[in-house]
Amino acid sequence: MTASGDGPTENIVKFLGALLDKNCVDALLVPMKQPGGEGVVQSLVSHKNMLKNARPMAFDMPVNSGTIISDMTKVAPSSRMLAVVVKSCEIRALIELVKLKQASLDNIVIIGVDCPGTYSVNQFIQMVKDGQSHMSEYLNNVAGEKDDEDMREACLVCERPIPENTDITIGIYGTDLKTPIFFANTETGKEVLAKAGIKPAEESQERKQAISVLEKRRLEAWNTLSDATKSQVAGIGNLLAFFDSCINCHNCMDVCPVCYCRECFFDSPTFEYESDKYLSWAKRKGAIKMPRDTILFHLTRLNHMSTSCVGCGMCEQACPSNIALLRFYKTVGYKAQKVFDYVAGRSIEEALPLLTFREDELDPK
Amino acid sequence: MMTEAKTEERSATSEFEPKIVGFLCKWCSSSAADLAGTSRIKYPPNIRIIRLMCSGSVDSVYIIKALMEGADGVLVAGCHPGDCHYLEGNYKARRRVALLKDIMDSLGLENERIRITWIGADEGRKFAETIENMTEEMKKLGPNPFKNYWSL
Repeated sequence: MTASGDGPTENIVKFLGALLDKNCVDALLVPMKQPGGEGVVQSLVSHKNMLKNARPMAFDMPVNSGTIISDMTKVAPSSRMLAVVVKSCEIRALIELVKLKQASLDNIVIIGVDCPGTYSVNQFIQMVKDGQSHMSEYLNNVAGEKDDEDMREACLVCERPIPENTDITIGIYGTDLKTPIFFANTETGKEVLAKAGIKPAEESQERKQAISVLEKRRLEAWNTLSDATKSQVAGIGNLLAFFDSCINCHNCMDVCPVCYCRECFFDSPTFEYESDKYLSWAKRKGAIKMPRDTILFHLTRLNHMSTSCVGCGMCEQACPSNIALLRFYKTVGYKAQKVFDYVAGRSIEEALPLLTFREDELDPK
Repeated sequence: MMTEAKTEERSATSEFEPKIVGFLCKWCSSSAADLAGTSRIKYPPNIRIIRLMCSGSVDSVYIIKALMEGADGVLVAGCHPGDCHYLEGNYKARRRVALLKDIMDSLGLENERIRITWIGADEGRKFAETIENMTEEMKKLGPNPFKNYWSL
């Protein structure tokens, strides 16, 4: 493995090329720089020579890959071997989607990459325009003691940045930042690495230490944000203020990886009222805000999906009114998951809390 | 003709009468309500009953909607665990209501206004007592503050 000016990208791309060359997999899902523009977007690659555009350690995340893999495998499981290069929150979302019967892991090789964090799509594009999108600067997040505050809030408080439940993990933390290390976590992972001619690494003290430092500062940041959020949205007045600029576009629901309903209840004919209804509500209350049911939408969405919220922050990235949705959904969601001793995305074996029960629990009296 | 640009007002002299929305399951709790009626057991008229086939068919959105529209309390009443006509509906309802109450609590909203209980078809008296009990509790909590927010 040679050191490269671009740090780990070249080395990872070489590995991915070997996967295609040696027929370990038929295709790869990996972030690619788009032609003619600045965007870096998940792409399905089947020809090795396309990988020159690959950016496996992408520092933006326009779409949570859980959604993409679900789109590909929900009609039928993949019949060909497909390797997916994904970050921690994408794997967690995928695990929830598999449990929700919206994705299949058949013939999928999960290649997790350490993620120092991402910037919002708009921020990233601006960084490229300003000439500030270099891997060396990005890797300062890995080496340094602080995270770049320009990153998405979801990433600044991500307390689980190291991917779990992978077949292979590509590690950056605990390395010289130029030479990534490859871990095999399953039999499939071992076979694939062997076929690609790579010796699996052993976890080192440096890596354990680096991860521990990272997770500690993220957990502190998360606890701080979570506490602040509880005060920020406490009570109906504060809740209304928080959602003051919500326009009911439902983008947050559309981009959320675990919001999978083909037709959201709030997009259904239930909410198509005759004008007489609106007028009678306005008469009863004196005035009504239009469109209606904003808080109802968010409270209901919490009740429907927060037990599967993995804190990826796609909701906030997509919000046209820049509402700090991640802190809202993640704070309430994580607390809700505790009621059932559940952690979204932790394990594929753990039953979804709303689809299971114990005979003796949560006694109403 | 100008309508009063305020939400429903209560006159200062009359006592607050809470409006409680009750989601009752046909097989057990609604039958209990009928039994209370035929046995001439008195209970406060503060409850507005909505009959469903099963407490498991109560989606959290109905409960939240009732509160948003100004209900002072919401009751979900189903069969005793193990007696659900559809086997598991009440277990799921129990989890859903626990989740909803936790979410309301996280947001500083009064989750005491939501209650889930089990009332068997033969428990007419228990039904009446539940309503009396809940009416008293809602009187103590006072009117639902959501009523004061027209933009809700």
